[in-house]
Amino acid sequence: MNEVLRRLLFLPDQASTFARDVDRLHYFVIITTFIMSTAVGLTAIFFFVRYRRRSETQTTPHIEPALWMEALFVGTPLIFFTLWFFLGFREFVRQQTPPSDSMDVYVMGKKWMWKFAYPDGPNSINVLRVPAGRNVRLLMTSRDVIHSFYVPEFRIKQDVLPGRYTQTWFNATMPGRYQILCAEYCGAGHSIMRGEVIVLKPQEYENWLAFQHRGLVATQDAQPTALDFAPPLGNMVDQGRRIAAEQGCLKCHTTDGTRHIGPTWLDLYLRRERLNDGSIVVADEAYLTESMMDPALKVVEGFQPVMPSFQGKLAGPEVAALVEYIKSLQSDAVRIGPSEGPAYAPIRGR
Amino acid sequence: MRLSEDDSHALAGAPAAPTYLEDGTTVMSWLNTRDHKRVGVMFLVSVILFFFLGGLFALLIRFKLLQPGPFFLDALGYNRMFTLHGVVMIFLFLIPSIPSAFGNFVLPLMLGARDVAFPRLNLFSYYLYLAGAVLAILAMIQGGADTGWTFYTPYSSTTATQVLPVLLGVFILGFSSILTGLNFIVTVHTLRAPGLSWMRLPLFVWGIYGTSIIQVLATPVIGITVLIVAVERVGGFGLFDPARGGDPVLFQHMFWFYSHPAVYIMVLPGMGVISETVAAFSRKNPFGYKAIAMSSLGIAFVGFFTWGHHMFVAGQSTFNAGAFGILSMFVGVFTAIKVFNWVGTMYRGAISFKTPFAYICGFLYFIVFGGMTGVALATTSLDIHWHDTYFVVAHFHFIMVGASVMAFLAALHYWFPKMFGRMYPEGWGLVAASLIILGFNATFIPQFLLGNFGMPRRYYQYPEHFQALNVASTAGATLLGFGFLIILIYMTIALRYGQRSEANPWGSKGFEWLTASPPPTHNFDEIPTITQMPHDYRTHEPPGVIRVA
Ligand code: HEM
Ligand SMILES: [Cu+2]
Ligand SMILES: [Cu+2]
Repeated sequence: MNEVLRRLLFLPDQASTFARDVDRLHYFVIITTFIMSTAVGLTAIFFFVRYRRRSETQTTPHIEPALWMEALFVGTPLIFFTLWFFLGFREFVRQQTPPSDSMDVYVMGKKWMWKFAYPDGPNSINVLRVPAGRNVRLLMTSRDVIHSFYVPEFRIKQDVLPGRYTQTWFNATMPGRYQILCAEYCGAGHSIMRGEVIVLKPQEYENWLAFQHRGLVATQDAQPTALDFAPPLGNMVDQGRRIAAEQGCLKCHTTDGTRHIGPTWLDLYLRRERLNDGSIVVADEAYLTESMMDPALKVVEGFQPVMPSFQGKLAGPEVAALVEYIKSLQSDAVRIGPSEGPAYAPIRGR
Repeated sequence: MRLSEDDSHALAGAPAAPTYLEDGTTVMSWLNTRDHKRVGVMFLVSVILFFFLGGLFALLIRFKLLQPGPFFLDALGYNRMFTLHGVVMIFLFLIPSIPSAFGNFVLPLMLGARDVAFPRLNLFSYYLYLAGAVLAILAMIQGGADTGWTFYTPYSSTTATQVLPVLLGVFILGFSSILTGLNFIVTVHTLRAPGLSWMRLPLFVWGIYGTSIIQVLATPVIGITVLIVAVERVGGFGLFDPARGGDPVLFQHMFWFYSHPAVYIMVLPGMGVISETVAAFSRKNPFGYKAIAMSSLGIAFVGFFTWGHHMFVAGQSTFNAGAFGILSMFVGVFTAIKVFNWVGTMYRGAISFKTPFAYICGFLYFIVFGGMTGVALATTSLDIHWHDTYFVVAHFHFIMVGASVMAFLAALHYWFPKMFGRMYPEGWGLVAASLIILGFNATFIPQFLLGNFGMPRRYYQYPEHFQALNVASTAGATLLGFGFLIILIYMTIALRYGQRSEANPWGSKGFEWLTASPPPTHNFDEIPTITQMPHDYRTHEPPGVIRVA
C-alpha cells in the first residue's frame, strides 16, 4: 500500500526514518483532498443536471441554510484541518529537535557548492558521507546568500543562512547515494548547486574515517579552508589560527581568497595594497600590526572602516602569532591534501 | 453628495443621457476622465495587456524547461525571465485585475452611486499604476533584475542586476493599490443608495470591501520593505544583509506580512465574482449570504496572522511555526465555508450553463484543490519536503490562475454586455473555457507531482529524471495559451461586431443591472431605492430597469 501510493504520487525513496512517518500523513491529506474536490465537483454537476433551467421566467424559492448546516460547514473542515495540524506538528517538532546522541557535521553553503567538515575528521566538498542508522546533526551556515539544504529521499530541508547557524538532522536507513539540492534561489548557479550524500554501512564508514585520519590535522576551525589540509607550519601559526577564530577576525576576513567584509588574508603578506586615499602600502609586519591597533588609519580601497580596534585586547605574543598566521597564508603553500578524496562519478542527472 | 446634485441639474435639461462610451470619444476625453466606468475600462485593457505579456514570459520559461540542460536561454536569462513573469503577473495583473477593473466599473453601480467617492483620486491611481508598471517593465527588460518576485535578501541587496528601479516600480504600484482600496472603502461607507443596508450589500461588494481593507493596511508594509532594500543597496546600511550586521530573516517576515494578505487581495475579489455569478446563473438567492459576507472579513482579518507559513524551514522558531501553522488552518476554514455555500446556492436553483457557469465549475474545483493543498502545505511536517519545490508553484497557481483567473474570466463574460452593450459568441466562449480548464490541469498537475518528486523551483537546469513531467507541463501550458488567445480574438471582434445585447441579458437581479447597459455617464437618472436583497428570484419580473434613451 505504501509502495503503491508512493509511486503513484511520484515520491522518491524513503531513505530516512523521518520519510516513512511523514509520507503516511501525506497520503492521508492528499487522499482527503482528492475526495473533497471530486465531491464538490460531482455535487455541482449533479445540481446542474437536477436543477437545469426550464424556462426563462422560472422563479426559485428563497432558501437559507439551517443552523446545523452552517455548523457542519464550519465543523467538518475544522476537525480535519486541526487533526492534520496536530499530527503534522508532532512530527515537525521531532524533526526540529536533533537527538542528543547525534554525530555532528558542519555544513557551509556558498555560491555554488557545499562544504562539509567533521569535528574529528576530514573536510569535503559536495560529498557528505554518513553511516546508516546513526543520527546525524547538520550545523549549517552560509558564506554569502541564503541557500537551502534539501535531500528529497530524506524528506528534509533547512535554509542555510549567512551570519547564523541553523540545524537539521536525519537518520539514514538505506545505504546508497542521494542527491543534495539547493532549494533557496541563490543566483545563476542555483540549479547546479548540487551535492551528494553517501550513506555507508557503519563498518565501511569507520574504515573510511580511519583512512582519512592518517596524515591530517585533527582539529579544524569553524571555517575550514583549503589551508587546513596543509601540514602544520609551526607552533605560532597554529596559535594565530586559534586566536583569529576566537577574536572573531574570521567573521570579516577570509583565508581562502574570497572577498568579504574585510580584505582576505590569503597572500596578504607583502601584498601592495591601494588605500582609499589612493596611496599604496606594502603589507609588511608593521602594517599588519598597525591595522589591528588602529584600523581606521589606513583603509584599503573599496572597504568600509568598520573594523574595531584590538588595542589592549591582544597581548604582544598574540599579535605576533596572528602576523605569523597571516604570513603563512600563501596560496603557493597550499597543498590540496588527500582528503579531496577520490573523484566520484557524477550521479545521474548532474 | 455635491457631485450628484450638480449632475442631476445637468441631466434635467438633456433629453437623453448618452452612454458613458458615447460621452466624448476623443482620446483626451478618456485620458482625463473622472468616470469610474472609464477608469475601470482603462484598467481592464491594461491588465489584459500585461496578462498576455506575463503569459508570453511564462511560455518562454516552459519552453526552456523542455530540456534539462542549458537550452534556449542562459542561466541569467532564465532567472530574469521568471522574475519578469512573477512581477508582471502579481503586481501588474493579479493585484489590480478584478478590483481595479471590474471593481471600478460595477461597484458604484451595485451601490446605486453615481461615481466612487473620489473620482479624481481614482484617475490618479490609474496613472500611478501606469507609471509603476512602465518603470518596472523597462527596468526589467533593460537591466534585468534576477531576484524572483520575492526579492529575498541578501541576494537582492547584493546582486549586480538592476533591482532598484524594479523596487521603485513596486513601490509606486503599491500606492495605486492603496488609493484604490481607500476609495472603495469610503465609497461603500458613504455612497450607498437609500435602502441599501450593509446586510443587503451585494456579495461582490463585500469581497471588494474586504480586499480594500487588506490593501490599505498591508501595502504600506511592502512599501517600507522595498524601500529598506533600496536604501541598503544605495547607502550600504545593514538592515537585512548580515554582512553589514542585518537580519535576512527579518526581510522575509516583512515581505510575507504583506504578501500573504496580498494573496487574498488576489483571490477575495474573485470569490466575490463567484458569489454574484453563481447566484445569477443558478437564479437563486445566495445560500448563506451572511456566512459568505462575514467569511470575507474573517479572511481579511486572520490572513494577517499566517505569514509565517512561508518560513517553516527558514530559521524561525519551532513555536512560531506551530502558531502560524494552526492560524493558517483557520483561514482554510473560512474558504471552505464559502465553497459549501456556493454549491448550496445551486440547490433548487434554475441553472443555465453559459460560459461564466463553466468558469464557476472550474473555479470550484480549483479552489478546493488549491486551498486544500495550501492546508497541506501549512501542515508543518509536510512542508519540509514541499517547501520551495514545484508543489508550492502548483499550489499557488491553482489558486491564482485556477481560481482568480477563472473568476476574472467569469466576470469578463458576465459583465461584458454590461460594459459594452454587446454579447460575446457563446459557442466560442464554451470552447475556450473547456480548453483553458483542460490545459490548466495538464500544466499544473504534473507540477504537483514534480514537487513530490523533489524538483525545487527556480531551476534553470534539472536532473534528468524530472524531464517527462516537465514536458507534460509545457504541453499543457501551450493548450492553456491557445485558450486565452481564442478569448482575446473573439472578445476583440465582439467589441465591434458582437450582437447587441439587452439591458439585462441574463435576467440577473444583481443591482448593477438596475441601469442601462452600457450605463449612462452618471449611471442612474434617478438613484434607485433598494427594497430587497440582491439576487431575489422569487418573482421573475426583471428588477425595474431604467432605460435610458
Ligand atoms: C486562497 C488563496 C491563496 C493564495 C492566492 C495563495 C497563494 C500562495 C502563494 C503565492 C504562495 C507561494 C509564494 C512563494 O513562495 O513564492 C503560497 C504558498 C503557500 N500557501 Fe498559499 N495561497 C492561498 C491559500 C492558502 C491557504 C488557504 C493556505 C493554508 C491554509 C495556504 C498555505 C500556503 C503555504 C503553507 C504556503 C507556503 C509553502 C512553502 O513555501 O513551503 N495557502 N500560497
Ligand atoms: Cu544555493
Ligand atoms: Cu501565505
